Amino acid sequence: MNTVVDARKITVVTECAECPVSPKNPAHWRTDFPILKERVHGKPLVYLDNGATTQKPEVVIATEADYYRHFNSNIHRGVHALSQKATEMFEDARVKAQHLLNARHADEIIFTRGTTEAINLVAQSYARPRLQPGDEIILSTMEHHANIVPWQMVCEQTGAIIKVVPINDAGELMFDEYLKLLGPRTKLVGIVHVSNALGTINPVKEVIRAAHAQGVPVLVDGAQAVAHTKVNVQELDCDFYAFSGHKLYGPTGIGVLFGKEALLEGMPPYQGGGDMIRTVTFAKTEYNVLPYKFEAGTPNISGAIALGAAIDYVTEIGFDEIGAHEHELLAYATSEVKQIPGLRLIGSAAHRASIVSFVMEGAHPHDIGTILDHQGIAVRAGHHCAMPVMERFGVPATVRASLALYNDRDDVNALVAGLHKVKELFG
Amino acid sequence: MADLRELYQEVIFDHYKRPRNFHRLTGADCFAEGHNPLCGDRITVYLKTNDGVIEDVSFEGSGCAISTASASLMTEVLKGRTLADVESLFEGFHAMVTDGDGSPHADLGKLEVLSGVREFPARVKCATLAWHTLNAALRHQASVSTE
Repeated sequence: MNTVVDARKITVVTECAECPVSPKNPAHWRTDFPILKERVHGKPLVYLDNGATTQKPEVVIATEADYYRHFNSNIHRGVHALSQKATEMFEDARVKAQHLLNARHADEIIFTRGTTEAINLVAQSYARPRLQPGDEIILSTMEHHANIVPWQMVCEQTGAIIKVVPINDAGELMFDEYLKLLGPRTKLVGIVHVSNALGTINPVKEVIRAAHAQGVPVLVDGAQAVAHTKVNVQELDCDFYAFSGHKLYGPTGIGVLFGKEALLEGMPPYQGGGDMIRTVTFAKTEYNVLPYKFEAGTPNISGAIALGAAIDYVTEIGFDEIGAHEHELLAYATSEVKQIPGLRLIGSAAHRASIVSFVMEGAHPHDIGTILDHQGIAVRAGHHCAMPVMERFGVPATVRASLALYNDRDDVNALVAGLHKVKELFG
Repeated sequence: MADLRELYQEVIFDHYKRPRNFHRLTGADCFAEGHNPLCGDRITVYLKTNDGVIEDVSFEGSGCAISTASASLMTEVLKGRTLADVESLFEGFHAMVTDGDGSPHADLGKLEVLSGVREFPARVKCATLAWHTLNAALRHQASVSTE
């Protein structure tokens, strides 16, 4: 028996002949993820913590295991067959990431540990050498700590300061305020593409256009965006774009920094070590070319290759299909949870992706998290590494249900039933 | 998996909804702030001591049901206790909420209502926040974090 979810209703069909195994059929996406068959506390797993990390399809798990079974060796240095094969697979993954973001060149794709390392790389290697005391970096209130703290560190090192674009009650960027902050001392803008705490989709193209009008480069934190929407760095014209593999159905410990070639060329290496050099003598070391200049030491080879498999997986389904399915489910989830008495949504931006964040009268998010967990429902309860957002809305924490392509209406219904259980317990 | 009712007993709801000794203590001779950055719980514990005995104790702040009830219950049992008592109560309490075997501990009186926490490891920090904050207050530390 298969469950087919379309934009209007849930249909249960018993004939598989009517239910073709097609990458375009949302009902089949779920079966690609083995962990979704798990039971938690004796209940079927309802995984709604995708903003923290997504689950992995079988093809990603198998690709990583296959690499270790059949190809494991170090890259960029061996004349032997395995090393050549591993190098080829690793570099193929880079090309896949290039196509995912529609970057102009593969050497604009730097493999990092994740979004956090990518942003730290830009802060230390691009910003630090350029910043003077009094220079300004513009961020928004809805940034994840990973797009705040690296800039605070570079400000301490250089005497630069951070200016913060406020957000309105819906959780949207106040664009006019942003324009007012852009000035002659602005040296960089850092903006989250999709807010991890609110789900707000920021108008990054307009943010970038306004910054470029003043000659200011922009870094986009794409951690929450890449799994939900097609990203085109050339169309956005962004200077740096960062994302994590594990939020895109890939492994942890691998991520990507895209940077425009001209900017990357002008930046010193972030870390020193093997692979990032061309020649080393104690008198002088000559650095390697892009992208290797920024990839010191043996990288996460299996992670990059498995990320490549994850990129293939989502690309085969298609972002239009993923977006349509998630958009419909988000609308359904929002309207269902809103009906629960005493529940307040945190973040109601006109353009929102994948996230329902809320608080409930009389029950603390942490207690809600425990009660939901008891029913096999995984959500995040806390500040979501976005404490300035919590402060803006005057709450210590929220409950966040975050969707992925494999979620369906049954998951949302389980969440709603779980929240009624909270009401029942907390009265 | 323990039943939710073992964690969320009526006494806990009662202390969550109507926390005892929930105010700033005038004339306190020590206080400290406790913070659990993971879930945003934040409390301040105030103490008035006299010759090694706790004369009065109170708390303020915001937190989940477990951390609030634990703080409220703690203030109830502490009044009139010696500082040596406090140490053994904290040890006994900590053992009760962390030990997996469920063996009986020193007589903890009404604090035993929180014994269900040991089945919920993610909530141990909630239950012990008030106690860590109390310890910091007694040691004249300004703040403590349970992360």
